[in-house]
Amino acid sequence: MTDKTYQAGVKEYRETYWEPDYTIKDTDLLACFKVTPQPGVPREEAAAAVAAESSTGTWTTVWTDLLTDLDYYKGRAYAIEDVPGDKECFYAFIAYPIDLFEEGSVVNVLTSLAGNVFGFKAIRSLRLEDIRFPLAYVMTCGGPPNGMQVERDRLNKYGRPLLGCTIKPKLGLSAKNYGRAVYECLRGGLDFTKDDENINSQPFMRWRHRFEFVMEAVQKAEAETGERKGHYLNVTAPTPEEMYKRAEFARTLGSRIIMHDFLTGGFCANTGLANWCRDNGMLLHIHRALHAVLDRHPRHGIHFRVLLKCLRLSGGDHLHTGTVVGKLEGDREATLGWIDLLRESYVKENRDRGIFFDQDYGAMPGALAVASGGIHVWHMPALVTIFGDDAVLQFGGGTLGHPWGNAAGATANRVAMEACVEARNQGRQLEREGKEILTAAAEHSPELRIAMDTWKEIKFEFDTVDKLDVA
Amino acid sequence: MTNITEFPAKRASLEGRRYGTFSYLPPMDADRIRQQVKYLISRGWNPAIEHSEPEQADSDFWYLWKLPLFGEKDVDAVLAELENCHKAFPRHHVRLIGYDNLRQTQGTAMVIYRAA
Repeated sequence: MTDKTYQAGVKEYRETYWEPDYTIKDTDLLACFKVTPQPGVPREEAAAAVAAESSTGTWTTVWTDLLTDLDYYKGRAYAIEDVPGDKECFYAFIAYPIDLFEEGSVVNVLTSLAGNVFGFKAIRSLRLEDIRFPLAYVMTCGGPPNGMQVERDRLNKYGRPLLGCTIKPKLGLSAKNYGRAVYECLRGGLDFTKDDENINSQPFMRWRHRFEFVMEAVQKAEAETGERKGHYLNVTAPTPEEMYKRAEFARTLGSRIIMHDFLTGGFCANTGLANWCRDNGMLLHIHRALHAVLDRHPRHGIHFRVLLKCLRLSGGDHLHTGTVVGKLEGDREATLGWIDLLRESYVKENRDRGIFFDQDYGAMPGALAVASGGIHVWHMPALVTIFGDDAVLQFGGGTLGHPWGNAAGATANRVAMEACVEARNQGRQLEREGKEILTAAAEHSPELRIAMDTWKEIKFEFDTVDKLDVA
Repeated sequence: MTNITEFPAKRASLEGRRYGTFSYLPPMDADRIRQQVKYLISRGWNPAIEHSEPEQADSDFWYLWKLPLFGEKDVDAVLAELENCHKAFPRHHVRLIGYDNLRQTQGTAMVIYRAA
């Protein structure tokens, strides 16, 4: 029984949702938000408001509150910290009881944590910086349908990063011409080619025609080289029914891998497709269109490490993580942090890499990091150093733009990558000795020599917008 | 157009075949092989040797040479076994594997002797 009585009206959030003495449970889902309150709103009140609006609270007291045990179900703000280098914001740490979330549903988690609360008026802006998924919750999720170890065994590729290429121009090729581009890349030595994310089933190339020509290209390149290869057939579609239809057809053609855009397609579709892949022995490549809309602003949105953790739980065997060195945004330390979160089974809190919580994935497999966007052979020493072996390095223009064509471009990348791996294994410092290593490898590879001449001057050195918070 | 080098067409023979990691580099001499064996051992992996007829090389399962050299730390011992395997099967590919028992995968794998 309770001695609470119903008092209509508006209470301060902090009376209910600010609990600095709270002892965190192992099963709690923890979140760190970067909060920019409206002027005059105290930090404790703003933090409590975020906890309330992302869990049980609404703006006024309601009588039905008394029909349940809100002290059990509520999220609570338990800590506040300064944001280094930004006096207007602060970090709010919130603990949610595990029963607030449906099992195996990142859809449900994000609906609460990144729902109405982001439009809340007392907050000027809000950013979900990190989530600690308790192991008890992780165990309810399917995760990567295959995982890195299984993928390596299926493809028979060990001890090196994998190489890919996105086929360009990204729009407008006919299916047969597109298949030609795939064939040339794969016979030249790449492991994978990729549908551009924009390629779904447009009038210039319907999905079924693309799948047929591309698979002929993949199979011919395999027969020619004796190596296993794949093309990420993009099954991202307007409806789930259509998505599954395309996935089924890819399977009947013998494709090893398909592809999905997890944010534009949505987590519901993604989790379903990951389950389908698990049932059908299919690898799943995940693209991340839309992510920069959500994660690039330092004070508002959802940090990429959160999107990445959600994807790992939802399911995918590859995920684009940025390159650090190419044409797209990406801070080095932050990237190292989230590629750990993608691949490792246990990652410790590390503020230097933007990781706010220990994260235990238990036995859930890891996924390969995909580095793609404006990279070429000169970046290879840095890429092998940053990403190590468990990654797919994807050179689009850096393959197709080779003066001798795709096959030569592919060979150049393969030679450069193998030369870097060999040198690394010999204990050489790739980032310092990169030029000598590539120059020596090019003595035996005219393809690499031409690639090095072509891209010598291209650099992408702009300041990063989404930096780690440091004083 | 005149400066473009033709990419070789080799479908008809096994000549265009590649065999995984390092097969796009020139064949390794003794010193380069030694350094890779040293690396494999330094990572704590278990060396193992397998071999195959070139025609059967697509298979996941090549012939295992004896048993993996569990716990072997001596680079020369591994090199000697590679050579023994090659002598016994001179027309086969011979591959060196580093089994990573903690991650249940192969930390590395490379064909040391490529069949002609």
